[in-house]
Amino acid sequence: MGTGGELAAVVGVGMTKFSATRGDVSMPGLVREAAQRALQDAGMEWDDIDAVVMGKAPDFFEGVMMPEIFLSEALGCVGKPMLRVHTAGSVGGSTALVAASLVHSGVHKRVLTVAWEKQSESNAMWALSLKQPFQVSINAGAGGYFSPIIRQYMEATQAPELIGCMVAFKDRQHALLNPYAHLHQPDLTFDQVVESPMLWEPIRYSETCPSSDGAAAMVIVNEEEANKSTSPAWIHAGAMRSEANNFPGRDEVNPLASRECAADLWRQAGIVDPRKEIDVVEMYVPFSWYEPMWLESLGFCNRGDGWKLVESGATHIDGGDLPVNCSGGVLSSNPIGASGMIRFAEAALQVRGMAGDHQVDGAQKALGHAYGGGAQYFAMWVVGKDKPAA
Amino acid sequence: MRKVAIVAAASRQETKMLDTEVEMMIPLISEVKDKTGLDQTDIGFTCSGSSDFLAGQAFSFVMTLDAVGPVPPISESHVEMDGAWALYEAWVKFQMGVIDTALVYSYGKPSPGSLQDVLSTQLDPYYVAPLWPDAHAVAGLQARSLLEQGVVTAELLADCALRTGTVDSREEYFSQPMLSDPLREADCPTYADGGVAVILASEEKAEELCEKPAWITGIDHRIDAHQFGVRDLTTVPSARIAAQKAGVHDGPIDVAELHAAYTTHDFLLRKEMGLPEIPTHSQRSYPIKADTLMASGLLRIAEAARGIWEGEANRSLAHATAGPLLQQNLVCVLSGERN
Repeated sequence: MGTGGELAAVVGVGMTKFSATRGDVSMPGLVREAAQRALQDAGMEWDDIDAVVMGKAPDFFEGVMMPEIFLSEALGCVGKPMLRVHTAGSVGGSTALVAASLVHSGVHKRVLTVAWEKQSESNAMWALSLKQPFQVSINAGAGGYFSPIIRQYMEATQAPELIGCMVAFKDRQHALLNPYAHLHQPDLTFDQVVESPMLWEPIRYSETCPSSDGAAAMVIVNEEEANKSTSPAWIHAGAMRSEANNFPGRDEVNPLASRECAADLWRQAGIVDPRKEIDVVEMYVPFSWYEPMWLESLGFCNRGDGWKLVESGATHIDGGDLPVNCSGGVLSSNPIGASGMIRFAEAALQVRGMAGDHQVDGAQKALGHAYGGGAQYFAMWVVGKDKPAA
Repeated sequence: MRKVAIVAAASRQETKMLDTEVEMMIPLISEVKDKTGLDQTDIGFTCSGSSDFLAGQAFSFVMTLDAVGPVPPISESHVEMDGAWALYEAWVKFQMGVIDTALVYSYGKPSPGSLQDVLSTQLDPYYVAPLWPDAHAVAGLQARSLLEQGVVTAELLADCALRTGTVDSREEYFSQPMLSDPLREADCPTYADGGVAVILASEEKAEELCEKPAWITGIDHRIDAHQFGVRDLTTVPSARIAAQKAGVHDGPIDVAELHAAYTTHDFLLRKEMGLPEIPTHSQRSYPIKADTLMASGLLRIAEAARGIWEGEANRSLAHATAGPLLQQNLVCVLSGERN
């Protein structure tokens, strides 16, 4: 069991304030803000870091080709190894796993990992709509892509129509507990969510993620270094899976890649019953309905029962036994390239007992989850308060 | 460190390729699978390298994954870097002890776009890129710096061009007009479309898959500062450190495959890595003179492995670079000897 190789732990987490436009900082300023906070949390200086792993979504979102190249100085990389990961929407999670692999492998002792997006620098709709020869352009945006899949889920499970609104309302309530969240809507009511304009039936405006600027960073270290920390988040498991976008018989609602990734994850972590053994979940929910869909896919409940968990309030931080996205989730902050890492970092904060007002009391084990592409790319990790069992 | 070897490679380069990235990569990935007898489900990890800016499309690598045929799902990752760094990520995975085989591939198709302009977007977007200096112009700055500080002479650059085979004589070199003063056409790269796929295997598996595995005895990569104003353009500290860490100087190198796009880069890399007189790819029969961005580095590694497989070298070196003016460098040392 375990991730393989040496033990590794998160000892520093840093995030920026997320907002539609972080006009007060440049790109170097943005990544540095998160990285500096992670170093401070870890009690380290730039020189203590052996290597840097950066992740972000398409370069067209800022209009800079391979921007890690020009961010070398801002992240204290000069003379060090630097890697740049890009695996679609799951990239923030994948980046954390690549950084962890540098430690598990014994290659490095202290690795800084940063994921970010500054969508205000460019135009995401332009970036996603560049015409290609011989390819049909859907011009539907991500919501248009996922809405038929969500309808398929609703049809198959006979889920009540307003489950998605419940998820969206819950995550916006959670966001009020997180000072870094982009959307703070203290006056929002459930009825307003329900009455918000229908964008891509059945996805309403209030059931979608915002477009954000922001960065997240973590310091991941080996066992010897982590033993010096008062609050390490030990990495118990990490898994990545990818599958093709299109093949006969593909289950788009519950992709095989998601199920296999989760199975690998639980096996590594020695978890038999995730519902009982996981205390808090940070999963990638850019459209509200993905909460019940992923709850099922990840094995927190049987197929068709995900919406019942939502309806019962099980995923609410206030009284739920499986709180999901206590930070407000992707529905409240979505700097795309960073969104996966935020999930991973929030999971780490929870088991370190450092999640502030959105802390789940006594969280021992937490799941960080990210997906991308047409629900084809998956990255997940389990972190724990204690070292993984040998 | 766990021993890892390159056991198969396949590549293709053409000045202007009409095939799509998927059409280009399917035969190459099939070829390395055939050579090793592995099928997709036998491969522990897949990692690729490419650039959306070259493809002109966001998430372009998602389409190219179709060339692998990831059904059932695979454990997979992608770097927005040259494939040499994808190989590094896979090598790290081997060190975790969780895989015995890996597929690594990368590709680039600069021909549909205006590469010189595209490369401008890689420069600092606030202070440099708005001036749209193209790659040759920036290389010219560095060459000027090298000449004026007496680090290199025009004659040395002419000899380098001669070695590379882009001119037949010094006279021909000096008769060429300046392309990006002080660089002439013979100093600058041409570009090609292309792709490369390789299979890596662990010490437990390599000899089953390949008669003479090319063992990775050292691999390291480093990055320098980006701002031209804070860099000494006449040195490449990242290449020097990477070469040391990869153990280049632990023994003689028989073949060096350098990702040197400009004569000045060839000169600088040899100097920083301490490789004055050994053969490079330019002296080999296989004519790779054109730069295939995102694949050139992994191609160099594949060629260095070929040197081992074909008995041309006992110990070979491959180098990859990224960013303007050799900003980021990776060095990989291969050996025919397992220990």
